[in-house]
Amino acid sequence: MSEVDTMKHIQRYMKNINLIIGLLVIIGFLIIMIISFFYTPHDVNSMNIPQKLRSPSSDYLFGTDEFGRDIFSRIMKGTQTAFAVGLLTVFIGAIFGILIGGIAGYVGGWIDEIFMRMMDALMAFPGIILALMLVAVFGPGIVNTAIALGIIAIPAIARITRSGFVQHRDTEYVLAAKLIGVKPYSIMFRHILPNISSQIIVATTVTFATAMLAEAALSYLGLGVQPPNPSWGRMLKDSQAYLVGAPWYTYAPGGAITVLVLGLYMLSNALRDFIDPRSKA
Amino acid sequence: MMYIIRRFILLITTILLVSVITFGVFQILPGDPVRTMLGTEADPTQIENLRSELGLNRPLYEQYTDWMKGLLTGELGNSIRFSMPVKDLLFDRLPVTMSLAGLALVIVLLISLPLGMFAARRQNKFSDMSLSTVTQVGMAIPSFWLGMILILYVGLQFSFFKISGYIPWTQSVAGALSTLVLPALTIAIPQIAVNFRYVRTSILEQVQLDYVRTIRSKGMSEQNVMYKHVLKNSMIPILTVFGLIMAEVVAGTIIVEQVFSLPGVGQLLITAISNRDFPLVQGIVMYITVAVVMINFMVDILYSVLDPRIRLR
Repeated sequence: MSEVDTMKHIQRYMKNINLIIGLLVIIGFLIIMIISFFYTPHDVNSMNIPQKLRSPSSDYLFGTDEFGRDIFSRIMKGTQTAFAVGLLTVFIGAIFGILIGGIAGYVGGWIDEIFMRMMDALMAFPGIILALMLVAVFGPGIVNTAIALGIIAIPAIARITRSGFVQHRDTEYVLAAKLIGVKPYSIMFRHILPNISSQIIVATTVTFATAMLAEAALSYLGLGVQPPNPSWGRMLKDSQAYLVGAPWYTYAPGGAITVLVLGLYMLSNALRDFIDPRSKA
Repeated sequence: MMYIIRRFILLITTILLVSVITFGVFQILPGDPVRTMLGTEADPTQIENLRSELGLNRPLYEQYTDWMKGLLTGELGNSIRFSMPVKDLLFDRLPVTMSLAGLALVIVLLISLPLGMFAARRQNKFSDMSLSTVTQVGMAIPSFWLGMILILYVGLQFSFFKISGYIPWTQSVAGALSTLVLPALTIAIPQIAVNFRYVRTSILEQVQLDYVRTIRSKGMSEQNVMYKHVLKNSMIPILTVFGLIMAEVVAGTIIVEQVFSLPGVGQLLITAISNRDFPLVQGIVMYITVAVVMINFMVDILYSVLDPRIRLR
């Protein structure tokens, strides 16, 4: 076998690795989240000052924080926050993104122009700046954070949906549907949307990942999820004061965010390769 | 010329819409903004004073046009928390943020360009693949955590680095660097990861083109093919990414300034939000966004000069 063949094999293998690792990571975190609803090794919020800032041990897997709370249990509970914000963000971004992009792409004309210029304007803000401004108005909290991040996610999904609709609106199957009198909304959402759903799904996996990073950032700044809800970003903020004495405190939440986001990136890369084989080159 | 005019009209529309959003968002505040700012125990005369001071008792469109006029002349009203003009507060903090963003940008370019070229020339070899994996991790790490790790493993190990605070360039160049290098690196690393991928892909796309085959078949050395032709042409698409990276770097300063306690615009913005100082928030958001939009506009114009084909689209 020549070197090129070997490399091709490795490449194909890598693609699968992306998919496998990505899925494993996400399923792993999902399982942890489900377990955390029923069971955590220690109570998430009960303070135990004599046990504060203990290094990792068999009793406290990831050590304890400055109030003697078990970091491992709080990481487990934190998956709920991460997934809640991520899912809600994707939900808001996808619903409005698909509606706006779909109408703009299907109807075209000045409606298209107005909608897409609005999207351009939203995209002109650096993401975190818009998030901070929206949080300043809405106030902190899980739902408000997700609304702010959802609004930021709209333009990207709208653009992808629009270009899909523009590509499909003049095709024969759409024309045929029109001729037999299918209603416009039905053509848009029952006929065209399923055909472009794969691109939208890839976009939402990326949205999910960036939403988790953004939530962590907002919570780190003290403007996102508020205590006592455990948030990984918030834990990182609290851990910074004990960086020298208790470095394990910062590893657990930081590592959790990185691994989960990495898993989502890998999954979205693998999905993109499945859907758009041209990008393989 | 038509292209530049079209882009210019788009620029104005974008800035107008951005201003409408920035202004409008604060109108949907639940309840009375003045009461929210002053707290529940404020007395009625105090509330009335602030309301007329902020011009909140006038019609909305008048408030907006006034605010826009202020924007054009650089006067954005007074901060509530600091009782100072927003402009002065912003200009006080700007040098810190500009130095940080500038240094971060230099680091991004200095590292991602050679790295991307290297990976492209060794496409699908082990070093290329491992770089691609490492950069994926680089994109997934939250920047503020990266900053904390750099503090722990670099900042605290070498006495040269200061892990909080800022020393102006005018006072001491080494001092400024000691406070800025780590935060700049923190902002740069995720962007290096992103830009590395663009550089690599852009070069690989060029190498496939017919002209490369032609010059190769004419017997040009691989060195010359790379440096005289491929590199020059592959830098043009990267220019558009440059605008994107600028925006990310500016956004990155907001968070990283918090990690390293740098007294920049980001810290001012967070203070403003925590104190519900809305004129200050509006002013900062507007200025940062307009700056980013302008940079992208200039990048587009430059792009059309370097690659005239773009003007036809």
